Amino acid sequence: MNKRFTRILATSVAAAALLGTMGACSKGSSSASSESSKEITMWTHNAGNPAELKAIQDIVDSYNKSSSAKAQIKVQAFPQESYNDSVVSAAASGNLPCIVDIDGPNVPNWAWAKYLTPLNLSTDLSKNLPSTVAKWEDQTYAVGYYDVALAMMARASDLKAAGVRVATIEQPWTKDEFQDALTKLKALGKWDYPLDMGTAGTGEWLPYGYSPFLQSFGGDLINRDGFQSADGALNGDKAIEWAKWFHGLADQGFMATKSGKDSTQDFLNNKSAVLYTGSWAADKAKAAFGDDLVVMPTVDLGTGPKIGGASWQWGVTSGCKNADAAMDYLSFSLKPENLAAVATATGTIPATDDAAALIPAYAKGGANRVFMDFSRNYAVMRPETPAYPFIATEYGKAVQDILAGADPKTALDKAVKAIDANIKSNGGYKS
Amino acid sequence: MKNALQLNSLGTMAIRILFAAVAAFPILFMLISSLKPDQQIFGDMSSVAAFLPIGNISFDNYAAVFDRVPAARFLVNSIGISAVTVVLGIFINSLCAFALSRMQVRGKRVVFTAILATLIVPFQTLALPLVWWVNQLPYFELNGFSLEISKGWLDTYQVQIIPFIANAFSIYLYHQYFESIPKELDEAARIDGAGWFKIYRQVVMPLAGPATATVAILTFLPAWNSYLWPLMVVQSEELRPVMIGIQYFFQLNVSWGEVMAYASLITVPVVVLFIAFQRSFINSIASSGVKG
Amino acid sequence: MTTTQLPSPRRRSTASAPVRPPLNPHRRRPRYLREQISGWGMIAPAALLLLAFVFLPAILGFGLAFTNARLISPRPVEFVGVDNFARLFTDPTFWRALLNVSYFAVVVVPVQSALALAMALLINKKFRGVNFFRTVYFLPVVTSMVVVSLLWMFMYRKDGLINELLSNASFGLIHGPDWLNDPATAMPAIIALSIWQAAGFHMIIWLAGLQSISGELYEAAQLDGASRWHQFRYVTWPGLKHTRTLILVTITIQALGLFDQVSVMTQGGPLDSTTTIIYEAVRSGFKQQETSYASAISLVFFVLVLLISAVQRYLTREKD
Repeated sequence: MNKRFTRILATSVAAAALLGTMGACSKGSSSASSESSKEITMWTHNAGNPAELKAIQDIVDSYNKSSSAKAQIKVQAFPQESYNDSVVSAAASGNLPCIVDIDGPNVPNWAWAKYLTPLNLSTDLSKNLPSTVAKWEDQTYAVGYYDVALAMMARASDLKAAGVRVATIEQPWTKDEFQDALTKLKALGKWDYPLDMGTAGTGEWLPYGYSPFLQSFGGDLINRDGFQSADGALNGDKAIEWAKWFHGLADQGFMATKSGKDSTQDFLNNKSAVLYTGSWAADKAKAAFGDDLVVMPTVDLGTGPKIGGASWQWGVTSGCKNADAAMDYLSFSLKPENLAAVATATGTIPATDDAAALIPAYAKGGANRVFMDFSRNYAVMRPETPAYPFIATEYGKAVQDILAGADPKTALDKAVKAIDANIKSNGGYKS
Repeated sequence: MKNALQLNSLGTMAIRILFAAVAAFPILFMLISSLKPDQQIFGDMSSVAAFLPIGNISFDNYAAVFDRVPAARFLVNSIGISAVTVVLGIFINSLCAFALSRMQVRGKRVVFTAILATLIVPFQTLALPLVWWVNQLPYFELNGFSLEISKGWLDTYQVQIIPFIANAFSIYLYHQYFESIPKELDEAARIDGAGWFKIYRQVVMPLAGPATATVAILTFLPAWNSYLWPLMVVQSEELRPVMIGIQYFFQLNVSWGEVMAYASLITVPVVVLFIAFQRSFINSIASSGVKG
Repeated sequence: MTTTQLPSPRRRSTASAPVRPPLNPHRRRPRYLREQISGWGMIAPAALLLLAFVFLPAILGFGLAFTNARLISPRPVEFVGVDNFARLFTDPTFWRALLNVSYFAVVVVPVQSALALAMALLINKKFRGVNFFRTVYFLPVVTSMVVVSLLWMFMYRKDGLINELLSNASFGLIHGPDWLNDPATAMPAIIALSIWQAAGFHMIIWLAGLQSISGELYEAAQLDGASRWHQFRYVTWPGLKHTRTLILVTITIQALGLFDQVSVMTQGGPLDSTTTIIYEAVRSGFKQQETSYASAISLVFFVLVLLISAVQRYLTREKD
């Protein structure tokens, strides 16, 4: 035992020494607290996406090399799925870097918490897709290189077989047409559920994917006049109508109350006829079905088709010691060729027309141009209020409950009550 | 009589195999899926094909994993972090349990109860205050010949190790095990003039092999699987452990095949370690002379 | 490596020396002192670490339960008394969570500990391939939760493997439900998965307990012609006395703290049928940024589990 014990201790010492040398006896080099004014750190959400990360890194490299660089930018990438948790804990412990990547709808919450400072850029943002510029109380706090758009995808051959018209921007499906289309597709008997709305989705997908339907009915997540109460908007007649319609889709067997883990894969495997998803799935579907794939606008449920606006955006933190350089870098990075490079790498919609012109798929007449049109015509911002993260969780829960068969009025009333109480307990989220 | 016995052991074996089949199928699924392209994984999912290496089989997913994640670095990090946690954990927790179990220390009942109470606090509820707290702790850094002191343990290896060394569960397990070792052994050693630490080291610990193996395995697992904590306290890619790597695959489009390949890769070290520690079980059976 | 050089425990033990127990009147005072000093020296490292990294943050967290602290907020933190608790006790979701967790624990604690013991007994003795079986039984514990949940979610689907098996075994009579998506079956489905996943963990602990039983006892029992059942009843079961308490307490705590599976597979749904106390705490604390409310939930959880554990310890002590 003596020997074994010595061995254990020796192993321990060796392992500690190994870690010591690997860490070079120091803290991680990208720790925000170690940044100097000559070097500023930037956090991004795209670890694990080599193409996107490289596009960002290329922009940073060209800025760092330029003679007018006011500081050296250092990129630290985090995986997207858990990015928000990482950043929130860094914020809570006062450890944020200079430049951060933020999911658009969370910007007002961050601005309210004074984590972000208003942007002061030399770039003109007036021509950007409106959903790529995040504003709160008349100040711009973040700007994005791209947006994504929701759409309905299907195979033209299936629609033809069922005798269903292909929806277009000029003439989207109405509520009745949609009902009719699903009935006919279901009658073909080829699928358990003809429609896949990604109902197994969680987190931000729920408000992002389904609040546009609510808005198309004429309801909303909150009264946007002052953002003080959801009463009437989220539990009014229109909202109840939406809830009944949504649950009805499941009830009539058109879609699963809980879809598969990956709706795109199920669509590619012909387990559904119509897929409601984002522009990010387009390239995969195109590769699988070629010209048979049709990309259609979402349904007009009363006030026209709606889709969610805003994706990932950049902001500068209020604790940044060299905000001037951070602003300078962001202005530099918003050049059309940079936006085009990032949009190409991510398969997303570039924020400006100038950038779109540089990408064949998004130039006029390009295969993906349609997403840009969706975005311009249909995008509704998720409510620009610091209460949004809370509203999102309550709405998400209401959606799940309604799908599972809860009484729409009860579920929505419960959400409204919680949201109103939260707003009140935060003093109305006034700045 | 002999036939009945054989039938009996045959039956036992059949039950063993049944249990094994139930336990093994997800691993099988993971390994098999790691060889398939995404579309096929989902295509095969609702039939037995999910468990068979048929169709389009290749190692492409494994190659892709290394493009996406610095897997080697993450593996080394996790091996180091887990090993240090396990070794220091075995030492510190067994020492504590030894004193609590075999020595007449005043106030030990209170201490033991307090230690057990920590079992109840789920880590999720502790995480946020703990982040704030470790960021207040002093950090010593040797820079050349001068010792620098700065604030905050965030973004280091130690923040992933030190809070997890002492573990109430390990102490409890050692304590229960030590209780079953006859106390007369201690007395005998003391008559021979042995000190307490010597008794711990040379009398009790050598008999506690199964407990040590168990504690090692059960400490290693959470250290290896730790996910929420490093997410919150580690910002630099070069310090991240393996579980964070899985998140790298969840982009807007998830590559499930790569998830399976990566999950397979990071499961192997745990299985190897388990088999290694199993040996100490076997040894102790041999020494105690149980007949099968 | 001696333990006599630690200064702080020495002071403590000197102070308490006059009230030494009459238990060891034959011992000389220096020896008693040395035992105190060595003992505290051995306890100290673990105790101090637990103090620093569990007790302190826990007390910090519990303190927040009486304030209106938020994860992200520019507003100053204020003391609000028991507001959070008042809100909690009138929240039907909390009571539902409590009910779910009780349901889960009542099934999981006996079934999982029994299954784990059965597994441990199956592979306790040496036979050809014992290492193989031990490793395989342990596999569910080491497999990544992401993979496990992905697979089980597919198996639990309406057209999934489980329903297919049920249908085949019953010659098409039984058409299983959409397991995770039906309020009546979601919790049983999670229970099955949890037992499957964690039984290997407790098997290891049982195994360590079995190893502590001397082989001579079995030999003696065999010489007396004891049947297998009698060997188990009169040798194995009494020999596992300490392990039993350990298993009971840890499975109970683990069961009451149910979180991972729920978070990945059902997010508390459908209709709150799988939500748990810890799930609600994490949802409030992280996703909804209501740190103080989450702390209140944690505090209530802590007190609850403490009570249950105390009762358990009391009951098991009586039996021993």
